Amino acid sequence: MARYLLGRLGGILVVFFIVSVVVFLLMHAIPGGPYNEDKVPLSAEAKANYMRKYGLDRPLVEQYLLYMGNALRGDFGVPFQSPTETVTGLIARTWPVSASLGLAALLVALPLGLLLGMVAASRQNTWIDYTASTISTLGLTVPNFVVAVWLVLLFAVQFKWLPTGGWGQWHHYIMPVAALALAPMALTARYTRTSILEVSRSDYIRTARSKGLSDRQIMLRHTLRNAMIPLLTILAPQIPNLITGTIFIESIFRVPGLGKFFVTSILGRDYPMIMALLLLVAVVWSLVYLITDILYVVVDPRVRLGKSKT
Amino acid sequence: MSSSTAAAMGVAQMQGLPKQRTLLGDAARRFARNKLALFGLFLVSALVLTALLADFIAPYPYDAANPTRALQFPSSEHWMGTDEVGRDVYSRIVYGTRISLAVGLGVMAIALVIGIPLGLLAGLAGGPIDYIIMRLVEVFTAVPALMLALLLISVFGGGLFNVILALGIVAWLDTCRLLRAQLLSLRERDFVLAARTLGASGTRIALHHLLPNAIAPLIVAVTIGIPVAIFAEAGLSFLGLGVNDPIPSWGKMVGNALSYMRVYWHLGVFPTLAIAITMLGFTFLGDGLRDAFDTSMNR
Repeated sequence: MARYLLGRLGGILVVFFIVSVVVFLLMHAIPGGPYNEDKVPLSAEAKANYMRKYGLDRPLVEQYLLYMGNALRGDFGVPFQSPTETVTGLIARTWPVSASLGLAALLVALPLGLLLGMVAASRQNTWIDYTASTISTLGLTVPNFVVAVWLVLLFAVQFKWLPTGGWGQWHHYIMPVAALALAPMALTARYTRTSILEVSRSDYIRTARSKGLSDRQIMLRHTLRNAMIPLLTILAPQIPNLITGTIFIESIFRVPGLGKFFVTSILGRDYPMIMALLLLVAVVWSLVYLITDILYVVVDPRVRLGKSKT
Repeated sequence: MSSSTAAAMGVAQMQGLPKQRTLLGDAARRFARNKLALFGLFLVSALVLTALLADFIAPYPYDAANPTRALQFPSSEHWMGTDEVGRDVYSRIVYGTRISLAVGLGVMAIALVIGIPLGLLAGLAGGPIDYIIMRLVEVFTAVPALMLALLLISVFGGGLFNVILALGIVAWLDTCRLLRAQLLSLRERDFVLAARTLGASGTRIALHHLLPNAIAPLIVAVTIGIPVAIFAEAGLSFLGLGVNDPIPSWGKMVGNALSYMRVYWHLGVFPTLAIAITMLGFTFLGDGLRDAFDTSMNR
């Protein structure tokens, strides 16, 4: 197990090193820099000063090594778009906002999706099943910014029950969380239904039934536990996207989260911010995958990490 | 019963029995029984027709601005109202079908052009070549798709063509991974062993036995990839980073609508409906095709 984890961590570091080089090159291949005349009106001299201050006048290799050296010591530099704070400070200020939205959406999506999937599976091919399937197909296909626009039009403009956007009070959470939760909920429902139906055809469920357990006991103790395993694979990739902020939802509901910086940092050639965001996403992704792999072992005793194939 | 009629019945029975069944025929039969899939096919056909006949369907040109008639609610003259510079929303949505379909098809075409050769190479060559290609896929996967697309658009510059190019470069990963996985599993099947025993060359096995069997999943993947691409373009244009202005992109229309929507609801409702219907149409079609080709799932 320990060897497996070490190997995985090593693999993650290698991938991240390549990603950082590729992005660094791509980022500098973008025509224009952060201090071009069309962005900030600066004299040639002031521009040169800025370039020197942030090391932008040095060769790319040197810039890369400098950046990575500083990053390893916890210094991610200063965002060009907001020079009064550090990159770390900016992320520490805005990420919790996005993360709280994403976590709230997950907390709503998971139980609702499980319930919807269980109900659909236990009433297979009835109108309840078809309604649940329709809801999950809609949730999976209709983009979240479309859903967000409909929510605003319905609940803020038409009924005036909720504010059109903003941040700071509990009711600001309702619409963004609903818009964010719909897709993972639909996904959970769909996979719960499929895997419950699959598991319920297996021998051990037949055994459980023939020894006289009630449907409820079979569902909770046997079916659901086994049906949860494929769900892990499906849900894990959703988590990084949800907790690192979605620009669409955040811009529609005017949420001061991390999402918009994914776009503004590229548009503004904000090199330190681009690198920091990529690092953040890569770390979150790797952690989520690692935790998923470990959870498999916990949930499914048949899985042994690092033994079957390496 | 005379002997001649009995003989005729026998012949009829014999003709009925050994009816040849092909993969395509079976798939078409399963598809035709699936109501949702047929509905998807209907929606997609309607979209394609709208795109082709946009010049005849749209009552106004998509770029005819008329400031004196700006921000009008839907009326008999402008079925879906007018936008902030007085362009007819209905006409823009009709022409927008062209943009969305061009993006969906263009992106998938690029994804296939890059993904098929690399997937074939990874799945057939194996060893170090496979390892390098899969690490490449992994590196691209580690960068968020939106950010990668934005970086590429920043490098290439904006505009419809470059947006398609950037999204295609992001989309080939799935094609490559899918084809490789298909080939790896097909390679172990008995019919490949049989072909090899009969002395078929590696190239012959690849082109005549492996690739044809991997085509059905690829068609399904393309159909499912089209709405994803359309969604991505709508998202980029929504942020103001996709296609440039007079070109009618639904995503851009939604993005522009945000500041007017609180009063002029029609600016938000109609483009979002167009996006939703398109996504549903292609998804139903794609799901239907997948179920039709999937022989393991007996409904």
